[in-house]
Amino acid sequence: MTYTEVDSVEGEAGAFKVTLTKKPRYIIEDKCVGCTACVEACPVKFPDPFNQEISNNKAVHIYYSQAVPLVAYIDESCLYLKEKKCFICKAVCQNDAVDFSQMPEKVEIEVGAILLSPGMEPFDPKLRDEYGYGTFENVVTSMDYERLLCATGPYEGEILRASDKKHPHKVAWIQCVGSRQVIEGGNSYCSAVCCTYAQKQVILTKDHDADAECTIFHNDIRAYGKDFERFYERTANYPGVRFIRSYVSIGREIPESKNVTIRYSTYEDGVQEEEFDMVVLSVGLNPPIEFKDLADKFDIELNSHGFCKTNLVNPMETSRPGVFISGAFQGPVDIPESVYTASGAGSQCGTLLDHRRGKLTTERVYPPERDVTGEEPRIGVFVCHCGANISRVVDVPSTVEYCLTLPNVVHAQQQLFSCATNCAKEITDTIEEKGLNRVIVAACSPRTLEPLFWDTVREGGLNPYYFEMANIREHCSWVHAKEPEEATQKAQDITRSSIARSRHLEPLTQIDLPVDKRVLVVGGGIAGMTCALSIAEQGHEVHLVEKDKDLGGLARRIHHTLDGLDVQAYLNDLIRKVYKNPLVHVYHDATINEAAGYIGNFETTVTSELGISKIIHGATVIATGVDVYQPTEYLYGEDDRVMTHIELEELITDRDERVTNAKSVVMIQCVGCRNEDRNYCSRVCCSESIKNALLLKELNPETDVYILFRDVRTYGYLEDHYREAANQNVRFIRYEPDEKPEIEAVVEEGQPVLRVTLPDYVLGQKIAIDADIVMLAAAAIPPEGNKGLAQLFTVALSPDNFFKEAHVKLRPVEFAADGVYLCGTAHYPKLIPEAISQAYAAAGRVLTLLSHDTVVASGSVCEVEEKKCIGCGECISACTYGAIEFEDTKQGKKAKVNPVLCKGDGLCNAKCPTGAIQLKHFTDEEILSQIDALVPALVEVSS
Amino acid sequence: MCSGRVDPAFIFRAFANGVDGVFIGGCRLNECNYITHGNYVALATVLLCRRIMEHIGINPERLSIEFMSAGEGNVFTEEVDKFVKSVKGLGPLGTSDEIDEDQFRSKLDLVTNLIPYIKIVKAEKLSSRLENEEEYDGLFTSEEIEELFNEVVSYYIDPDRCKACMICARKCPVEAIEGGKGLIHVIDQDKCIKCNTCFEACPEKFAAVQKIVSEPVPPPLPEDARMLVREK
Repeated sequence: MTYTEVDSVEGEAGAFKVTLTKKPRYIIEDKCVGCTACVEACPVKFPDPFNQEISNNKAVHIYYSQAVPLVAYIDESCLYLKEKKCFICKAVCQNDAVDFSQMPEKVEIEVGAILLSPGMEPFDPKLRDEYGYGTFENVVTSMDYERLLCATGPYEGEILRASDKKHPHKVAWIQCVGSRQVIEGGNSYCSAVCCTYAQKQVILTKDHDADAECTIFHNDIRAYGKDFERFYERTANYPGVRFIRSYVSIGREIPESKNVTIRYSTYEDGVQEEEFDMVVLSVGLNPPIEFKDLADKFDIELNSHGFCKTNLVNPMETSRPGVFISGAFQGPVDIPESVYTASGAGSQCGTLLDHRRGKLTTERVYPPERDVTGEEPRIGVFVCHCGANISRVVDVPSTVEYCLTLPNVVHAQQQLFSCATNCAKEITDTIEEKGLNRVIVAACSPRTLEPLFWDTVREGGLNPYYFEMANIREHCSWVHAKEPEEATQKAQDITRSSIARSRHLEPLTQIDLPVDKRVLVVGGGIAGMTCALSIAEQGHEVHLVEKDKDLGGLARRIHHTLDGLDVQAYLNDLIRKVYKNPLVHVYHDATINEAAGYIGNFETTVTSELGISKIIHGATVIATGVDVYQPTEYLYGEDDRVMTHIELEELITDRDERVTNAKSVVMIQCVGCRNEDRNYCSRVCCSESIKNALLLKELNPETDVYILFRDVRTYGYLEDHYREAANQNVRFIRYEPDEKPEIEAVVEEGQPVLRVTLPDYVLGQKIAIDADIVMLAAAAIPPEGNKGLAQLFTVALSPDNFFKEAHVKLRPVEFAADGVYLCGTAHYPKLIPEAISQAYAAAGRVLTLLSHDTVVASGSVCEVEEKKCIGCGECISACTYGAIEFEDTKQGKKAKVNPVLCKGDGLCNAKCPTGAIQLKHFTDEEILSQIDALVPALVEVSS
Repeated sequence: MCSGRVDPAFIFRAFANGVDGVFIGGCRLNECNYITHGNYVALATVLLCRRIMEHIGINPERLSIEFMSAGEGNVFTEEVDKFVKSVKGLGPLGTSDEIDEDQFRSKLDLVTNLIPYIKIVKAEKLSSRLENEEEYDGLFTSEEIEELFNEVVSYYIDPDRCKACMICARKCPVEAIEGGKGLIHVIDQDKCIKCNTCFEACPEKFAAVQKIVSEPVPPPLPEDARMLVREK
């Protein structure tokens, strides 16, 4: 239900009654095909909010080009709605979809759980005059710039200045606009995403103009996420890119050029003023505008910033049972974190409503499949206009005519939107009427719509593998907008090639695999236990395997968090719940010897205190955590006054004399990471050190605490603790990696001390600090065992040897290997609440699998024709999934594919000397026929 | 389907069809969304094919591979434009190449027929997963391709040793061995893909299958002389 608002919520968890208002679109959704004829005809132009009001849109418009549903709506600027004056859109609509009589519609729904994802609002720099936003034309926000960069943006992907519509050559970004500021209108927290998005914008700017000069004025660079450090490095290494650490102010606008000056200062050169063609304000994240209203309607509490107040150990749980949140309503987070919470909240809704699972669903039934093998190909071609996306460049009618001249084509027609419901129906009907046994849709990329068309041909009683898509949009009309004749020729070439291929297509069966409902969770730390419990609470048996004698993992050594969580109390409670849950079976002292099988059907052998156990399970979760780097630098191991942050925390908790008597403590950040060996940031160490610093100050305010840092990466709300530490006189001194602090044990005035020396860039000289304790913020490092585990479960590791998710944003808790999931610090170092979010997220994905009795494996897998196989084994060595094995036959060993493990990459096919192994749906014959058909002279044309 | 699915046969089929250039697009190296990393395999395939093209006199610039992500439409456009420009500069196939028009067909046929053999001989190198693109520079050398073509192996069944046991014929993946029980076997050289299977299959005590390197294969036994005379 889009364009709908919530009015009120009554009831309680498990039985909410929600009243909604469906706002009038003035367009009948079922009739609109998104052709945009009305948009073109509409006379009202107004600044387009989607494009940051940089360009115009019409009163009737589609919100944006990928909107779901892709249907127009009419807003308040409409002349008819205002003055009953204009009727043009209603006149031009061929589907009679415009309906001005629509009224707001009240809808009441009953739901068991509520998930709030209202997102965030970018900070508005107009609130403060000093940014010049709104007064200087060439000062834009990062949201404005984001739209400028986009192909569907105000200037179709060209970056143009507002003042003269010219390409800016010299662009500056100013970081922390509206963030990390305790001033009127600013936010005290760090917005957590701006450092990285600004780097992305720099790279995209360089893509647009390789010679562009890009300057980022920043405070700390907070590249704390997985692979962010490499990304930062990549950005900084572009020629013409400068990162300048300086507070700045916007100077003035040069009247002639409308360029903008920025004043900044560096230690080397003092205060300077520099001119830029364009200035981008990296604006931070605010709570959603209507946050107070939201809180009232849903009766939930907010935090002091206006974001949702959540449980310390469950970032998705609000103050009202049954109401969960996901995404940036918890505070500033990036996309992967939003996806974790979305999936995790889904899992928690599942726990709440498990007893009703599946009661309201109905299964889709397709008509029986017609056996067309042996029939002469009867090909139907549907050429899509895609509104005007294709037809404004490609001559669609002549393409249809052309297709009709090709052999075996018995039907060809055009369609406005092949993907629209009515057009899909037309395809289904035509299959039946004309007895089609092959269907070609010449439209867009199969990436998005192929599954939909598979569905369409199945409705027509055809095997889905008889469907073929010719991409004449991304590959043709979009890239040849200015060459309509050649584009039409190319569209015909592409379609002809698809038609040729379709003749060789074969019906394939997707395999239904049974799903075992038991789960193996590897790793009994906070993430593993949380995930195991969430799954068990939804009625599934879990085998939890822990390598140590006790559950708890690294968290056993952590006592507090910056937010004030008593970690040990929480951990003990969690462990107790795990042992109490009859569905969770714990294996201590465990090692995994063997792992085999595939999604829904794994078999893993574990040696533990219980002896050797063979575990059958349908899903696997890897939650093996991290280790702490054992430093070899800064006298660690040689002098017991040098310790890691974890060791210091243990001493603080024990009120050890060494700590209580310490006059001076020095903490050195980034020990063992952000270097050549480990080119990543351990994410948690800055806040760990600040936590220890605050604890030390609490024990004895007189203790001098120094934190020697490279960038202080207290992202999000953690920033408030950084500020508190600074207020409590914790001294933060920055060092550069090429001038690291040096440490020596000396005796000063009869007292043995550790002398730490380093350059102080503010003072411009070397300083020496005498410390009683030196704490090293040691890196979180991937355990040695990761490599072995990765091999056992055929999953991937990232370059830093953490486990690699299937997709950073789209599938952040899954592996590329189906049925294997990931959570916690095994993925990357993270804070406890983040590990918990991810653990729930993995549970959510596991439950999605377990809620089905079968999974469907693709039919497009490899198969061996035994006669042709010479047993050379090339296919076996090519396969990274272990999907091919030798089988002994009378004619010697022959390769055999396990279709369930095969991912259909086809490497084996390219390796096979005899063509014995073929990737079904992409066989040699199918591909060669396409190659042949690309040369028109080789195609026989029927008259 | 992965870019590593691209078979050398696809590339040469396109050239045989008279196409002037072949462009292969793959994902960014080291950014495989799976654990396949087949783009390295595609790279190795392209490097091998370029050497073969060089050997038979087709300008290797007519074959290109570029790596980009699905989100980098601009890179794709740029690279394709660059390639099209370069191929247009070379002119239609044959104009700036060292290949003679009349030799063109026979040479491409030769390569096409040898692809299974090349896959076998170069299997190890084609499977190499080196650390980065640079390491691939010297993967295949002109000299080794020269050698590959000069020392092509052929298989021949010595009629004096063949016992017409059918073992090799049954194992031949392409049914290139003629002959039945009691009939001396003969390899159809046009069908043979030089996979070595018959050589391996022939029982050691017979050793009838011979490997012939860089020499002509003796003519096949006339059909009427193939009856095996068994020694008593």
